[in-house]
Amino acid sequence: MASNSISLMWRGIQQRYNLIGTKCKTCGQAFFPPRKNCPKCRRKGQIEELKFSGNGKVFSHSVVHAPPEGFENQVPYIISLVELEEGPLVTAQIVDCEPSEIQIGTKVKKVFRRVSEGGKSGIINYGYKFVLDR
Amino acid sequence: MKEVYIIGTGITKFGELWDKSFRDLAVDAGIQAIADSKVDVSEIDGVFGGTMSSGRFIGQEHAAALIADYAGITPKPAIRCEAACASGGVAFRAGYFAVASGAMDTAVVGGVEKMTDVFTEQAAVTLGGAGDQEWEVFNGATFPALYALIARRHMKEFGTTEEQLAQVAVKNHLNGSMNPIAQYQMPITIETVMNSSPVADPLKLFDCSPITDGAAAVVIASKEVAKEHCEKPIKVLASAQASDTLALHDRRKITTLDATRFAAKDAFKQADTTPSKIDIAEVHDCFTIAEICAIEDLGFFEKGKGGKATEDGLTALEGQLAVNTSGGLKACGHPVGATGIKQIVEAVKQLNQEAGKRNRKNVDLALTHNVGGTGATAVVHILGRGY
Repeated sequence: MASNSISLMWRGIQQRYNLIGTKCKTCGQAFFPPRKNCPKCRRKGQIEELKFSGNGKVFSHSVVHAPPEGFENQVPYIISLVELEEGPLVTAQIVDCEPSEIQIGTKVKKVFRRVSEGGKSGIINYGYKFVLDR
Repeated sequence: MKEVYIIGTGITKFGELWDKSFRDLAVDAGIQAIADSKVDVSEIDGVFGGTMSSGRFIGQEHAAALIADYAGITPKPAIRCEAACASGGVAFRAGYFAVASGAMDTAVVGGVEKMTDVFTEQAAVTLGGAGDQEWEVFNGATFPALYALIARRHMKEFGTTEEQLAQVAVKNHLNGSMNPIAQYQMPITIETVMNSSPVADPLKLFDCSPITDGAAAVVIASKEVAKEHCEKPIKVLASAQASDTLALHDRRKITTLDATRFAAKDAFKQADTTPSKIDIAEVHDCFTIAEICAIEDLGFFEKGKGGKATEDGLTALEGQLAVNTSGGLKACGHPVGATGIKQIVEAVKQLNQEAGKRNRKNVDLALTHNVGGTGATAVVHILGRGY
């Protein structure tokens, strides 16, 4: 991603570093990435912050061989949809393991990592990735 | 709503067209369509143009005005439409509404993309803009990777195989070999696909549509105008569109494109017909798995049976229905903004028996299906012969 804006990164610190999303108190649905409006409850929805546990399991997975800008040093890497125990799916890398160790249903947990680097501004982006929950 | 007819088509060669600029392509296709329609340029009430990202591909915004200028259509209004890879489809719909409402009698609708003026890596970054930049792309998801996540799940849930995915590419290359404007006109085998380099497992290079330059255009008109100029116009029987979450991770199910389902349901209702009556369908096969999902979600095959149907040849030129006679995005090429209009041009040619060797024998009803991103936008049109 061509994320060369410091304010763009700064706005996402809570979500990216600490996996903080939101939850609708009315219907109980958890949102990650956070939503400020509950699409189901509309004006009856009551949104509050929710810190996700970071525990989840693999919902789907792939290995990226052709990387986007900023990820050239990481290929091949595993990209996954992780189903968090609170409900939502997140798109994230799984690291510190071989692709053969991953299948649908494999338990994983969130870690804090360098996500990408480079770009014209030289900003290093940090955020969540997942590792095997052995 | 008034009836809307397609009375002229134009299309450029699709491929790496280093000697053609963005404006060359758009104007070539538009002028061809206007000439084919036999309307005088003074009769044209407006231009609708689809391009996903002329700003990032060639640094040019305000693209519709540029095209109207170089096609000599000023001072008539020119409107740009954008919905990522469905930009062509939504442009057609915008033109359709203008004519159906009576606001315009005649309009030119086109789609164009000039993708090879940037390096492949930059093109890939631009295409990533169709997904969620902050929550998908930021974390390293590429477009092939997102479709690979769909493919993996489809394989797990329904037993779809990599060979069945490969068969989509084999079929579309065979169709493309009979299409003189197609980017790739060479037939391939299952082995070609299976042995091609990995892009995002389980998708390989030959599971992916290419980067392409090209443009397509049509002239649409009210019945009164159509009757003046055209003996065998094509009637737009349905125009439908639906939306879904931008990011794949927010979908109800990732193996079903709900936007496709909703748009298709609406389209079949408008046209008062059913999937079994459709003879040819141009569907959005940006990746082989996308065609499998499309033929299921459009209602041609039961959910989970798309892979088997493809393997059994049911989507071949003279199969149960012909899917992607043009070669699809895979072989004909995928100049993103042009694709939705190319699908309509192909449907018109098939209905008029003007598609040469790749023409299915009997074509009475044609469907086009254009998707933006991983399915946040879907546009479905149904066309038949007019009068």
